Amino acid sequence: MSSLSLAVRDCSTMLRRNLLHARRYPSLTLNLLLTPIMLLLLFVYIFGDTMSAGIDGGDRSDYVAYIVPGLLLMTIGSTTIGTAVSVSNDMTEGIIARFRTMAIHRPSVLVGHVVGSVLQSVMSVVLVGAVAVAIGFRSTDATVLEWLAAFGLLVLFALALTWIAVGMGLISPNAEAAGNNAMPLILLPLLSSAFVPLDSMPGWFQPVARYQPFTPAIETLRGLLLGTGIGDNGWLAVAWCLGLAVLGYFWSASKFDQDPR
Amino acid sequence: MTHPAIAAHGLRKSYGDKTVLDGVDLAVGEGTIFSLLGPNGAGKTTVVKILSTLVSADPASGPIRVGGHDLAADPRAVRAAIGVTGQFSAVDGLITGAENMLLMADLHHLSRGEGRRVTAELLERFDLTEAASKPASTYSGGMKRRLDIAMTLVGSPRIIFLDEPTTGLDPRSRHNMWQIIRELVTDGVTAFLTTQYLEEADELADRIAVLDNGRIAAEGTAEELKRLIPGGHVRLRFTDPAAYRNAASALREATRHDESLALQIPSGGSQRELRSLLDWLDAAGIEADELTVHTPDLDDVFFALTGPTGIPDQHKETAR
Repeated sequence: MSSLSLAVRDCSTMLRRNLLHARRYPSLTLNLLLTPIMLLLLFVYIFGDTMSAGIDGGDRSDYVAYIVPGLLLMTIGSTTIGTAVSVSNDMTEGIIARFRTMAIHRPSVLVGHVVGSVLQSVMSVVLVGAVAVAIGFRSTDATVLEWLAAFGLLVLFALALTWIAVGMGLISPNAEAAGNNAMPLILLPLLSSAFVPLDSMPGWFQPVARYQPFTPAIETLRGLLLGTGIGDNGWLAVAWCLGLAVLGYFWSASKFDQDPR
Repeated sequence: MTHPAIAAHGLRKSYGDKTVLDGVDLAVGEGTIFSLLGPNGAGKTTVVKILSTLVSADPASGPIRVGGHDLAADPRAVRAAIGVTGQFSAVDGLITGAENMLLMADLHHLSRGEGRRVTAELLERFDLTEAASKPASTYSGGMKRRLDIAMTLVGSPRIIFLDEPTTGLDPRSRHNMWQIIRELVTDGVTAFLTTQYLEEADELADRIAVLDNGRIAAEGTAEELKRLIPGGHVRLRFTDPAAYRNAASALREATRHDESLALQIPSGGSQRELRSLLDWLDAAGIEADELTVHTPDLDDVFFALTGPTGIPDQHKETAR
C-alpha cells in the first residue's frame, strides 16, 4: 500500500474510534445541542415580539426567519466546544501515548477527531434545523444549487471551527480549561448579526461585528436560504473558513508533534 | 553482544534546569531481558519515553539506536519495531477490550480476517475472552495490564518496553505477568523492563542496570551486582547486655548495634569462613544467643548504590 492510502486508512480507523465514542457517550453532544435550541425558543417565544419590532417592522415569523441562519452556525460553534473538551480529555489518556509510539500516520489521531466532529456538527445542524422548521421556519425561494451551497458553507464552517477547537483542546491542561478556552466559539455569534441587524448596534462596534467570522457566514447563509443580498459576504465567509481551517490544522499538528506534557 | 537491540550513549534529558538523565549508556542484547532498576524519580520512565520515541532526548546526547534504526533520523522505523506498555494503562477506557484489540489490528494494517484471528488468540491467551465485550474502564488493574500487553503484542514487536509492568498488581497477577514476559523472550523478543522491585529484576532480567539520579550507578548480571558490594556478614545477637559488652570489646572489627545487642562481622558466608569464625568465638569464650548468616542480595546493592545514605544493613528489615 502507498503511504497515502496508509494515511487514509489510519485516519478512517481513528474516525471509527471517534464515532464509537460519540455513539457510546452521546450526552456531551446532546447537552451542547440544548444551548442553540433554548436560545431559538427563547428569542422567538419570549423576546420575539420586541425583537421582531427591531427588524423593519416584521412580525414574529419574520424574526424566526431572521435568526435561524445565525443559530445554525451557533450550533456548529456549540458542537466544537465538545470537540475541544473531548480532544483535551483524550490527550490525558494513556492510549494517546501508545498511538505516538506506533508507526501510524501521526495526524490521523486529530483527523479522526475533526471528521467525527464535523459529522456531529452536521447532525446537530439538521436537528436544530428540524426544530426551526417545526416552529415555522421556511426557506422562501432557495434553488437546489443554493441549498447545496448552504450545506457546503455549513460543512466548511464546521471544518474551520473544529480545527481551531482541536488546537484549543491540545493547549488546555484539562477538560474544564478546554471548555473555557473554547467559549468564544459560542459567544462570538452573540456579537454578530445573528440576533439583531448590524446597523442597530453602536457605530464604534459595527466594524468588529461586521468582520468577525460569524457575520459574513450568517449573511451568506441568509442570502442563500432567504434570498437577501450576499454582497462580499460570500467571499469573506469562505476566506475566513479556509484561513481558520489552515491555521487550525498547522497549529494543532505542531502542538501534537511537541513532546507530550 | 554482537548486535544490540538497543544501544544508547550519553543519553541526556533535562526539563528546564532540572536534569533528569545525565549521560546514560545502555546496551541491550537481542532476545534478552534488560532491567532498569531504580527508586522513584530516578528517571526510569524518561529513559523508556525517549527510547520509545515518545519524547526527544536532549541534543547533547550521543547516538541512540533501537532495533538497528537511528532514533533521531528514523523514528518511524523504530516505532515499527517496538511495542510499549506504559506505567499507566494505555488502553481506551471508553471502548470494549475487543474493540481496543481490533483498533490495534487496524492500526497495524492487518486484514479484517487476520485482525480477528490475532485478536481472538491474544484475548484467549491473556484470559480476557469473557470480558472482551465489556468497556475497558470497568476492568480491574490486573485485567487492564493484561489488555495493555495484549494490545502491544498485536503488531508482533521485536522489542518491547515494559514500564513498571507489575506496579500495583497483586502477587498472583504479578507472577502471571512474569510468566508472560518470560514466554515473550523465549520467542526471541527483546524486553526492556523498568522496575522498582529488586525481586522482579532478580527473577527476570539477564542484565540489570541501576539508575540513580540520572546516572547508571552499576550494571551487570544480578550475580555480578551482588559481588560488587561487601554486604555479606554474620550477625550475632545477645540477650544479656554484659555478654554483649564482652563480645563487643573482644571483636573489634564488628559493627555494633547497641540497641538490639547485636554485632555484625563481615564474612563471605562460606563454610570455611564460618568454621574459623566459630572457632575463634569459642576460643574467646563468646556465646551468642542467635547467629544468622547474611549473604548480599539485590536489596543491598540497591541501597548501597542509590539514594543519599548507602548503609545496606539498616534497611534490611524494612525492605523485605
